[in-house]
Amino acid sequence: MSLAIPFEHAMILAAILFFIGLAGVMMRRDAIFILLSLEVMLNSAGFALVVAGAQWHRGDGQVMFLFILAVAAAEVSIGLALVLWLYHWHKTVDIDKASSMRG
Amino acid sequence: MSTAFYIAGAVAIISTLLAVTRINAVHALLYLLVSLLSVALIFLLLGAPFVAAFEVIIYGGAIMVLFAFVVMMLGLGRKSMAEERRWLTLPVWVGPAILAAVLMTELLYVVHFGPSATIEVVPTTPHEVAVLLLGPYLLGVELVSVVLLLGLVGAFHLAYQLGKRERAIKMGVGR
Repeated sequence: MSLAIPFEHAMILAAILFFIGLAGVMMRRDAIFILLSLEVMLNSAGFALVVAGAQWHRGDGQVMFLFILAVAAAEVSIGLALVLWLYHWHKTVDIDKASSMRG
Repeated sequence: MSTAFYIAGAVAIISTLLAVTRINAVHALLYLLVSLLSVALIFLLLGAPFVAAFEVIIYGGAIMVLFAFVVMMLGLGRKSMAEERRWLTLPVWVGPAILAAVLMTELLYVVHFGPSATIEVVPTTPHEVAVLLLGPYLLGVELVSVVLLLGLVGAFHLAYQLGKRERAIKMGVGR
């Protein structure tokens, strides 16, 4: 199986996915959607690492993707627990309601 | 074969766009799942089967289930969809979208006019990745285990306190 993918195209795909996630983080007010967009951003960063690893025939990119995966899993578990708290206090998932620090 | 890459890439972009812009949370989750699966397919095409399996199992399995649980627990139905429709108006999303598009254009410009190269796919076996992971990156693995432990303790603490408080409210003790 001979497969030749232009390096730039794979990187461009990673960049597009990253910026879709960034726009999602900025424009949504629902905390769940913000976490979802963060997942998209982390995933695209890991994708760029795997592409770079494939370019230089090294496994290091894949190892770093696994690290990103672990960080994403930890982040999303804490984040969703905080979303449950937000809903408990304010009966909404509107992130703007959490702008004061008094809980 | 490289056609498969472009098709999967197009599916990833379209489904991610839909996931970020949906009003219904469950629909967004399903679109994100499609996006993750297409990224996993691209990993497979790039000769990284180990990472592709992890993408499906951890992202498509564990993290998606976590999101689905929270959406179900909160029971965000018609009320939240109406709220979303009110929040996601044109003046709200057009500003961030333009800013992100400008940054993306700059990055695409840099990537496009940089040195060009072609990836010759040489499959990496799980064995090679494991040797790297438990050899030079052993310290990283230990740090990741600390991060996961912190995530576990933090999530447990938050959920435990929440449960205690809700039980107290249910029994009439109040806040």
